[in-house]
Amino acid sequence: MSGKPDLQIPLEPERYELNAPPAYRFELDRREFFQFLGAGILVVGVLKHAHPLQESGGVRRTDESLPKEVGAWLHLGENGIVTVYTGKVEVGQNIRTSLSQCVAEELHLPVSRIQMVMGDTQLAPFDMGTFGSRTTPTMSPQLRKVAAAARVLLIGLAAAEWQTDRKHLIAADGRVTDPKTKRSLEYGVLVKGQQLTETIPAEEPLIPAVQWAIQGQSLPKVDGRDFVTGKHQYPSDQKLPEMLHGKILRPASFGATLVSLDAHEAEQIPAVTVVHDGNFVGVVAPSAEIASRALKAIRAEWKAEPQPSNQELFEYLKKNATEGRDPTGDASRYAAGSVEKALAAADHRLQQIYTVSYIAHAPLEPRAALAQWSGDKLTVWTGTQRPFGVRSELAEAFRIPVDRVRVLMPDTGSGYGGKHTGEAAIEAARLARTAKRPVKLVWTRDEEFTWAYFRPAGVIEVSGGLRSDGTIAAWEFHNYNSGAAGIRTYYDVANQRIEFHPTRSPLRQGSYRALAATANHFARESFTDEMAHLVKMDPLEFRLKNLKNERLRAVFEAAAKKFGWGQARAANHGFGMGGGFEKSGNIATCAEVAVDRKSGEVKVLRVVSAFECGAIVNPDNLRNQIEGSNIMGLGGALFEAIEFENGRVLNGRFSSYRVPRFSDVPAIETVLLDRKDIPSAGAGECPMIGLAPAIGNAIFDATGVRIRSLPMVPNGLKIA
Amino acid sequence: MAQVTKLNVNGRPCAIDADADSNLLSVLRDQLDLTGTKYGCGEGQCGACTVLIDGSPRRSCITPVGGVGQKPITTIEGLAEGDHLHPLQEAFLEEAAMQCAYCTSGMIMTAVSFLRSNPNPSAADILHSMEGNICRCGTHPRIVAAIQRAAKTMTHSMKESGQ
Repeated sequence: MSGKPDLQIPLEPERYELNAPPAYRFELDRREFFQFLGAGILVVGVLKHAHPLQESGGVRRTDESLPKEVGAWLHLGENGIVTVYTGKVEVGQNIRTSLSQCVAEELHLPVSRIQMVMGDTQLAPFDMGTFGSRTTPTMSPQLRKVAAAARVLLIGLAAAEWQTDRKHLIAADGRVTDPKTKRSLEYGVLVKGQQLTETIPAEEPLIPAVQWAIQGQSLPKVDGRDFVTGKHQYPSDQKLPEMLHGKILRPASFGATLVSLDAHEAEQIPAVTVVHDGNFVGVVAPSAEIASRALKAIRAEWKAEPQPSNQELFEYLKKNATEGRDPTGDASRYAAGSVEKALAAADHRLQQIYTVSYIAHAPLEPRAALAQWSGDKLTVWTGTQRPFGVRSELAEAFRIPVDRVRVLMPDTGSGYGGKHTGEAAIEAARLARTAKRPVKLVWTRDEEFTWAYFRPAGVIEVSGGLRSDGTIAAWEFHNYNSGAAGIRTYYDVANQRIEFHPTRSPLRQGSYRALAATANHFARESFTDEMAHLVKMDPLEFRLKNLKNERLRAVFEAAAKKFGWGQARAANHGFGMGGGFEKSGNIATCAEVAVDRKSGEVKVLRVVSAFECGAIVNPDNLRNQIEGSNIMGLGGALFEAIEFENGRVLNGRFSSYRVPRFSDVPAIETVLLDRKDIPSAGAGECPMIGLAPAIGNAIFDATGVRIRSLPMVPNGLKIA
Repeated sequence: MAQVTKLNVNGRPCAIDADADSNLLSVLRDQLDLTGTKYGCGEGQCGACTVLIDGSPRRSCITPVGGVGQKPITTIEGLAEGDHLHPLQEAFLEEAAMQCAYCTSGMIMTAVSFLRSNPNPSAADILHSMEGNICRCGTHPRIVAAIQRAAKTMTHSMKESGQ
């Protein structure tokens, strides 16, 4: 095998985001749509590659994890309003805006005429979830194709109306116009009284990026006014008549089992109901305050299991590794050439170990759900990145068919990969079933820190062999537990061995923005810096020498240029860079740090990120994502770490778990490389991965101290 | 326990029924439907629940409603005058100073009070005054820019109106 791994093929599916589609998908009843939406046209996009056997449910796919068949649909009503239905959800990434831009572009309509119905499992086609930076590369093209088909349909309606050839008709600004006769009709008028359904194979040619008029523009956040006036209703703001409030009794530690329960005192509080079902104990009350009081009155005894602490975490992960085998398949191993021979022949050899702590997403809106039963039908409003996944969880928990469960996802107070699951939804629904009234449950900050899940901790071992001219000849990389995302190297190395080793995790872990790409890039890009110093080469020069990928070279060069790489540094200041490839995006980040040698304080002064993710859909929103990725990434890079002991989180509060605040934030500059010749990729994750190694390398540049653990300076830098 | 039955919110007297030690946040949200004020931590560490009491920023999650009396309370819902947004609300839109926007109400309320006491702040002043407010999406530089923009607008309009 050549030393040029195909970067477009991930080493394995995103293991911490893996989720299977449902076993069956049933016929849509389109008449229901028109009853619900009124007359107009309905365009249903069927994804290409839909396999007839899959549609009959006869064969389950194993090759890809994305569902086929219907990808998206939209309705154009007599009022000229387009309603688009998608299972994707809005958690602050501003996808509501950029998807609106896509539809507006292909339909030649202003964005204001487009309504996005997102994450409603009753109205939107099945969708796996909003993660993996998949919305822009997968949902945008689907919606664009559906919108393009609607445009073709409208032109057809006008041609029939005027009994003319459709070829010379033009759709623009919400109207179809005949330039010869100057006749013109609004879309809404054209669809009057129609109940047209068009099922398209989603193959309409799309407007190329160079001709975009609405995409490529920095349109402001759709409904932005609702957010600055407090009008927007997040999941935790939902309300129903007769609604009660719930609270859950949490076990004394992770995995503890309930031995005894005395809820007598709590049940004496007026209007309080205690719900006890196995290990589940919760209370329902007219207000959250009374529910909390009732919860405190419950006496429970839990049987706890002894569990490891963060002090012994990394030994634990190594000790509990599944020996070189990934139960999900052998895709987590990659090898080329002979690492042993290349290491033996190398002029320089280097070996290092990197560690990564568990961190919490800490979305500012904690998990929240409002559940309502109507007979045996369940409706839940909740903040989740996987409404259909939560629907399945609910169906399973309550042993009811999924078609009796509806999950709605109001635009939510962020997720960052941390809201894939339906804990609050299940809990609220369980309480509501007993209470026989709608129940709202909002997790406390302490619950969110403790009972959500964490970004996986990990141990990464790296070995490298170098020739004296700076060529990387051998590369060996082992990741224990943190994940396989971004594990492959983009540097051209003829001899490689790369393995991901799943292990038992002491804490419940799951996806987190950029997954393990942050950890793997931290290790790889820090090690790269170490190798550059070993052969006394400039880190940029060293990278470019070993890097053929043009897109990645371009971002490294652009970031270095904007940053002023190679300029003189002030005393105790250092420059560092890091970058890489992830989720079809390319990032390079340069950072300048200042180190106070007495106090050990490390201050990140400025950051320059150059990013390229194909054709840019919304430049300002892209900048916002790059800035946000860097700022969020600052926490995991410098000081965030979950401390735990015996199944308890020790620092589950904002007063003890430090997240980035205003004074931590460096000056951030972004350089956008717009590649109109490349399909647009998502941008919520990749920009995060360059920051930690850039800071670590800058600290080394300033002080000569090399830090190989994330977070790097939770208690300041110790300079020997 | 003493009951509180009246509050003065956004310029209007409001009837409530709460224990004196109930936190103001839950009363605003659950009894008065003013859900623009957010719960973020319950310990006064994140600023999402910031409201103005007598013009000063207060963490409503740790403010017992019994201590408020009839002092005027302003929430995010009380900031705009009709359709006319407050300059800070306008500036947050102009600078796209939000992603999920869950922190936005608290950011704006904190900044409203801060700009009243410091109409021409330096960037360092802004950082200092906003340190107690958490944004997890990382829109901090945009929030700073929005506050600077609003400061300019407000100073300008004060000059125009001859104040």
